[in-house]
Amino acid sequence: MSDLQQEVQPKGAKIKGNKPVNQLEAANRFIAASAHQQMHDQRLWDLRKKRDAQMHLIPEWEALRDLASDIKSHTLDHLADYLEEFERNAKANGVHVHWAKDAQESNDIITTILKERNAKSLVKSKSMLGEECMLRQHLEEEGITVIETDLGERIQQLDKEDPSHVVVPAVHKSRTDVSKVFVKTLNAEQGNNDVHYLAETQRETTRPYILNADAGMTGGNFLVAETGAVVVCTNEGNADLSANTPSLHIVTVGIEKMIPKMEHLAVFIRLLSRSALGSPITQYTSCFRGPRKGGEMHVVLVDNGRSTRLASQKFKAGLKCIRCGACMNTCPVFRRSGGLSYGSTYAGPIGLILSPTYNAHKYRNLPFASTLNGSCTNVCPVKINLHEQIFAWRETLADEKELSLSKRIIMTSLGKLFAHPKAYRMAVQTGDKVLSYLPHFIVYNQLNAWGRQRDIPQPPKETFHSWYAKNYMKKGKADE
Amino acid sequence: MEVGLFIPCYMDALEPEVGISTLKLLERFDINVTYPFDQTCCGQPMTNTGCHTEAAETEKLFVKNFSQFDYIVMPSGSCTNQVRHHFDAIKQTDEVQHVRKNTYDLVEFLHDILKVEDFPWASFSHKVAIHYNCNALRGLRHASMSERREPFFSKPKDLLSKVKGIEFVDLERPDECCGFGGTFSVFEEGVSAKMGQDKVMDQHRSGAEYVISADSSCLMHQKGCAMRMGVDLKYAHIAQILNGDLS
Amino acid sequence: MSSREFILNQIRQSCQTEHSEAPTLPLFHQNSVDIIERFKQSLIAMGGQIIEADPQDPYKFVKERIAESKVICSVVPEIQGNRHLTETTEPKELQDIDYGILRASFGVAETGSICLTEQDLFINTLGYLPQHLIIFLDPKQIVENLHDAYARPEWKQIHYAALHSGPSATADIEGVLIRGAQGVRSLSVLLIE
Ligand code: SF4
Repeated sequence: MSDLQQEVQPKGAKIKGNKPVNQLEAANRFIAASAHQQMHDQRLWDLRKKRDAQMHLIPEWEALRDLASDIKSHTLDHLADYLEEFERNAKANGVHVHWAKDAQESNDIITTILKERNAKSLVKSKSMLGEECMLRQHLEEEGITVIETDLGERIQQLDKEDPSHVVVPAVHKSRTDVSKVFVKTLNAEQGNNDVHYLAETQRETTRPYILNADAGMTGGNFLVAETGAVVVCTNEGNADLSANTPSLHIVTVGIEKMIPKMEHLAVFIRLLSRSALGSPITQYTSCFRGPRKGGEMHVVLVDNGRSTRLASQKFKAGLKCIRCGACMNTCPVFRRSGGLSYGSTYAGPIGLILSPTYNAHKYRNLPFASTLNGSCTNVCPVKINLHEQIFAWRETLADEKELSLSKRIIMTSLGKLFAHPKAYRMAVQTGDKVLSYLPHFIVYNQLNAWGRQRDIPQPPKETFHSWYAKNYMKKGKADE
Repeated sequence: MEVGLFIPCYMDALEPEVGISTLKLLERFDINVTYPFDQTCCGQPMTNTGCHTEAAETEKLFVKNFSQFDYIVMPSGSCTNQVRHHFDAIKQTDEVQHVRKNTYDLVEFLHDILKVEDFPWASFSHKVAIHYNCNALRGLRHASMSERREPFFSKPKDLLSKVKGIEFVDLERPDECCGFGGTFSVFEEGVSAKMGQDKVMDQHRSGAEYVISADSSCLMHQKGCAMRMGVDLKYAHIAQILNGDLS
Repeated sequence: MSSREFILNQIRQSCQTEHSEAPTLPLFHQNSVDIIERFKQSLIAMGGQIIEADPQDPYKFVKERIAESKVICSVVPEIQGNRHLTETTEPKELQDIDYGILRASFGVAETGSICLTEQDLFINTLGYLPQHLIIFLDPKQIVENLHDAYARPEWKQIHYAALHSGPSATADIEGVLIRGAQGVRSLSVLLIE
């Protein structure tokens, strides 16, 4: 195995317009970078273990998960009412509330707010919705300087790479990878890959931007209808800095982030960081209800497909997600493939079920990047039935003719074969001899796929079927 | 008690000895075991690929073969999960409901239905790591899972504990998926093999001599990886141990 | 149709469910917890520190700690600082402060958190721009868990309040934990009425 600090960082999936993303190809390259893959697996597994340890400290853990799931279901069922309640309360506190149907409208609203106030620079804390809407790219095209303030997100911004994980965006990089990026972009010392030094470099180079920015932007982990509050959770304090330093604070948030009351917030805060990082709470859990003294606050409520997804009985549960990343940390496929292999804003189990809702063709391979092992479903703090939804997506894709042709052909012929015992028997054996190939479902022209890294089982002399026929049918049971 | 025995297609063709152990083990108890001759497959490869329509005829055939039994038993948690939870491509007639309700995996059948207390004919003096198939673990609840806050339980371990001589060893990642995943093993070969290799290394580090599972499919994959890697580990189905075929 | 109406209509069409009440919650209190002890342990686990109160002079250790520092901003009457905040102080002017000293509204034993509202902070950036924070907390104002914390009235009274649980931190590079990411490098709590 190669040395992590020498090995070149593998890049993510190759995106070719609307062509289906080949997750496997990127995953194979990630695995080939064995030191990176191993570090990635180990770090995320470590988060999973810390999560487990936290879980065992909370006797009411499973009850909290039930409650979290129930609160989210209830809220989604009454989402329109709660959105109106939120808007009323936020407005009463002096917040400007905007509504955006889709990414384009959201980006336009934000651009307008900034331009009207002649704002040229924006400091920003992490927002998956921002990624989803490609907000940063949009603002940069409009001539606005955007600085990510979260360390991991900043690394990814400077490297011109997407975040690879919702909670730890640069988890796929080694310290040397980060050092190389900082040498190129922040004038960091060549060859100094000390983690403290790197973090300090980012702190010192980001701070002037924060102090002088014209506007600050945050996402929102939760919206509380009862108080009109936007709740933001971070460990670095960068959201609070971004929101409280400039006089203009813009929040961009998906409409599904709603919860009814402050008391409900407790359930989610108890679960969020424990599930995400295995820490009892994020260092900062902040509640913004109105503009700071002398400031202005805007909340952009973004739909971007969510209201339509609500109508789907099958897939609406995905809207309960609180983006804790626990399903990624536990997913054995994610840990081996890296988040960038999915070629999509949302990766891992939650990405497998969200991505096709945005573009079923482009992301049609993703629901197959799973063994359906179900670990994700059981770590999810809001009890989304992730693996069942992955399973259901396969059916939906097959129904929508988005199954790859090779899969379709194999399954059609297998279905026929298994439905006809005589034909099936002939395929598996002739007379007393098991044909020297595996059953079709494993190989079927995919012998190479099985045998590339695994030995092929030696076919026995006879099948169970013929043994049974010989020993039980011909001679009868008595003379065994 | 009339019991219909289903032998999964891959086991029929590749590991008939496990099927034989299962049959002989069941015959030790006061039940009538029949192997319906026209059986093929449970339909999982199609269903798990999203091809429910293509699975319908296979499901129908399964029901036709097995609806007359009190219990349907199979030495596979994964196939049991398919019959119990995913036989949805066909009309849910009384027969279909009956089959779904009364299909048991061998471990469940011995543990929950027959409530076997003792396997006096078996002894196995080896260090053993248990492998849980994910469908058996999280679908059938063969054991408690590490993701949840729940008291420990393990049906396979309960049964194996009744065999003389067994010593259990623990894995670092006791219920991490091994990467077989049915068609996943060939459609997503690179990731599947990597998961398998990591699993084998965990088993190897645990000091196990044998890996025992209630599902041969995972074992076939792990064994294939171990052999290619040159790791000296033996793999066996729980039926072979409980029937005393290996010692 | 405005986007607002469009979205609300769409949602109403999507969810044709009966009206139900939001779930009510138990408080999950554990009997037999020493709340103050639990608070201290939790705070330390989050990377925060406890400053002990000397029996003679409860502020002795606070004074010792800030003695060498250049810029001290205290908004508590017990400690004298050398930077004063006024109604017109700009948030970014707080960037050169070494120590910020203030009193928290309440604490949470479960997580070692302290709650700082905009009234406690006077200027919100006081919680983030200084290098270090020293927080006074009345031990009687420590609640057991987050359920109690969010039942407090503060959340409905102010525009801004945050739970701080230790200093700012990051583990974004190879999982190496660093205290003092973008915000304060240390956070210490003196339990005092
Ligand atoms: S699906 Fe569940 S586990 Fe995954 S990120 Fe969302 S809330 Fe977390």
